[in-house]
Amino acid sequence: MTDGRPRVPGHRRILIFTALAIASVAAACGGDFPQSSLLPQSDVAREIDSLFRGILWWAMAVFVVVVVVEGALIVAIIRFRERPGAPRPRPVHGHTLLEIGWTMITLWRIDRPPERSDVRVEVVGHQWWWEFNYPDLGITTANELHVPVGKTVDLRLRSADVMHSFWFPRVAGKRDLVPGRVNQLWFTPDSVGVYPGQCAEFCGTSHALMAMRLHVEAEEDFESWVEQQLREAVEIEEAGDPLVAAGRDLFFGAGGCISCHQIRGTVAAGILGPDLTHVGGRETIAAGVLENTLDNLAFWIKDPHDVKPGNLMLDMGLNDEQARQIAAYLLSLE
Amino acid sequence: MATAEAAVHSEGKAGGTPAGGLWSWITTVDHKRIGILYFLSGLFFFLVGGLEALMIRLQLMVPENDMLSAEAFNQIFTMHGLTMVLFAVMPMAAGAFNYIVPLQIGARDVAFPRLNAFSYWLFLFGALLLNSSFFLGGAPNAGWFAYANLTSSQFSPGHGMDFYVLGLALAGAASIVAALNFIVTIINLRAPGLTFMRLPLFTWMTLVVSFLIILAFPPFTIGTIFLLFDRMFGTLFFEPSGGGDPVLWQHLFWIFGHPEVYILILPAFGIISDVIPTFSKKSLFGYPVVVYSGILIAFLGFGVWAHHMFSVGLGPIANSAFSGLTMLIAIPTGVKIFNWIATMWGGSIRFRAPMLFSIGLVAMFTIGGLSGVMHASAPADLQQTDTYFVVAHFHYVLFGGTIFGLFAGIYYWFPKVTGRFLGERLGAAHFWLMFVGMNLTFFPMHFAGLHGMPRRTFTYPAGLGFEGYNLMSTVGAAITLLAMLIFLFNFARGLRSEATAGANPWKASTLEWATSSPPPVHNFDVTPEVTSRDPLWNDGVALPAGEEKFHMPNPSYWPLVVAGGILVAAAGALVGLPVALLGAAVALAGIYGWSFEPIH
Repeated sequence: MTDGRPRVPGHRRILIFTALAIASVAAACGGDFPQSSLLPQSDVAREIDSLFRGILWWAMAVFVVVVVVEGALIVAIIRFRERPGAPRPRPVHGHTLLEIGWTMITLWRIDRPPERSDVRVEVVGHQWWWEFNYPDLGITTANELHVPVGKTVDLRLRSADVMHSFWFPRVAGKRDLVPGRVNQLWFTPDSVGVYPGQCAEFCGTSHALMAMRLHVEAEEDFESWVEQQLREAVEIEEAGDPLVAAGRDLFFGAGGCISCHQIRGTVAAGILGPDLTHVGGRETIAAGVLENTLDNLAFWIKDPHDVKPGNLMLDMGLNDEQARQIAAYLLSLE
Repeated sequence: MATAEAAVHSEGKAGGTPAGGLWSWITTVDHKRIGILYFLSGLFFFLVGGLEALMIRLQLMVPENDMLSAEAFNQIFTMHGLTMVLFAVMPMAAGAFNYIVPLQIGARDVAFPRLNAFSYWLFLFGALLLNSSFFLGGAPNAGWFAYANLTSSQFSPGHGMDFYVLGLALAGAASIVAALNFIVTIINLRAPGLTFMRLPLFTWMTLVVSFLIILAFPPFTIGTIFLLFDRMFGTLFFEPSGGGDPVLWQHLFWIFGHPEVYILILPAFGIISDVIPTFSKKSLFGYPVVVYSGILIAFLGFGVWAHHMFSVGLGPIANSAFSGLTMLIAIPTGVKIFNWIATMWGGSIRFRAPMLFSIGLVAMFTIGGLSGVMHASAPADLQQTDTYFVVAHFHYVLFGGTIFGLFAGIYYWFPKVTGRFLGERLGAAHFWLMFVGMNLTFFPMHFAGLHGMPRRTFTYPAGLGFEGYNLMSTVGAAITLLAMLIFLFNFARGLRSEATAGANPWKASTLEWATSSPPPVHNFDVTPEVTSRDPLWNDGVALPAGEEKFHMPNPSYWPLVVAGGILVAAAGALVGLPVALLGAAVALAGIYGWSFEPIH
């Protein structure tokens, strides 16, 4: 227990840290990040990204000063038993005023309501799915938001139950859905593509399973999507397939589905669950959790709580065959 | 004040070794024993919270894992946060406040010794009450932040949130009582000549933290009482359909929650501000600046709460104001970091375990501080909030900062408390493994968050690019576990080693090292007189010869009775009115017995 020479070379920790940082960065470059906030695809997201990168460089410069000062100090102490008596470092606190100014400019640029609102969408958060209403177009859909590229999308956000947070990292920062309030968010997507997003505010048991997709489409693709959505279900559902016909009977009968779900143009007018008028045309089901296939849909209908614990959809005690029939019917609703 | 006066009543010299046995610990009012109880309880809950963290990391090691159910995961991440913040870090810090502060100011005990025992028991009962929920129908599952209206009886129908409200009410009351005790102690019981600007930094930060506690906990208590009323009596404080507002909870919670961060970090700053000078053989550089910046951090800490709420939609004016104020905190914090480095600069550094952990704090806290500046910027925060980037940020602050600081304190004061040393080689192994483990756990989380991984998710799908980062984090957690096992082994071995420490093994400068290790029950045979800031380095302390007459406070079981009554009353809120009334009666009887307890 005497004060001997230090046993652990101080520069080793810098090496370890550098190795860690390099490993992390290497991993960061290697993968595919469809939900990354670092790959912006809209005006708002690009503004935020450039602000973040600016602050990041300042922060790294400050960190280097601290680590180099500290590292040099430790190396000096190990090498020279004599006190080096070096001058004390000039305090560097980062450039707080610069960062504040820069932040304010970005904040006012992205927080000022848009000049145009080309597509208006009302977003309603539910435990644990998303309802999208296009009031100007008369469309209601769920979990998959379709917007045209280059147009300003103006969202009004509210919640049907608890707090949620709307987040498509590629096109915008988060905005909470607060019960009793209406929030606003807007962005102008600049690239066609399908971008994943999900709820970012803890909202109960299956918060992790409240995902969604953003389809940014060319103008004409968006218009044909709108046209398709405006058609009523009966027009497109021609029940030639016996599986579909059986499923339809179950849906409107013993399955009990219509007490919660709506299919426009039919007697199904429930409002608790998602609108299913064109559910067959969606890529995913259960709020972006499963690909929309016959097997997945049947699994979801039969055991909704295995897919999404705690959700409000009732387990109707259907057998495999019945679930498949209903799934076939729903898939026919393109 | 009765007991404080009792402490100076003349009744001959108490002395010798304290009595042993379980009863003597149950009835103890000795600040050193209460400090040990606080510390060991905190260490126990640190291990509990650590196991919860390991379960989180195991669940998230691979995508779409089903080791834990969604419900179990939500309970565990909620309890991990609550346990670490309120039942691990705060009590371990309180253990150091209790044991060390009276010694550092040359006092014989705290101002209110029985109230001190009461704080401990009430904290312990709060912790046990909250954790008992695991076995009584389910722990709270809405996060430690418990955002309304998810916590309403409609959306959280079980008893988990009731345990949250009641357990935290007890723990919060215990913290406020303890904080008042330390404020009175530090202001009134300083040794002659120990002016404020001569106080050791650890005592200074204890004083600052105590003020933070008494100012920060009341808004939170109001919030939890609103919640209790909403849940039990059908009021509508947070219910939007009845005109209430869930955002009100967020304001009340973060007016508490942000100062709470400084309640957690400032004790660690205090510890390393004592450790770094000792192991650099050099006085703290810029002592007044370090003191004032600590006060300034605490002051500004009350003006930044809405930076936790940038995505709520408070509007550009509020977001600008809170962004700017938040960034200002970087200034006093940066000043502290450069003061520590300047203290080491030109010193003669001894790389003992306390110093390793202190240097670790400076480096790791710097990373946490810099990522903090990034999401102080509201627009950047809109991408980062509620993601793993934030998880990485506050673990650099609270693990790399607070936990490293607390370990610095453990290695530093272990010889004072036990008269024995912790092994240096094991201490170094502990430090390096924990340093590597913590960086491997938390550094990749920055990337996971920026690439779009939200917090508080019990699972994540493959294909979003989160897999590699999460695997790294889990490996890092395993390394941290190994470090903790080495520490526990070292701790157990240290307790059995030979008592060779002596009064001042580190050749430190502050008053706690002027008395024997462990100190006698009355701390100092005579009251020291202090004439300088580093009294043991420059003959700045006089220990007058001769015998002093004083009286040590008697053991008392009344604090335990009162705290027990409050526990029963709280449980009664869940069980039924008769039990609540019984608890209240016991607590009242205890207060009566306490008030009229004779002073021998």
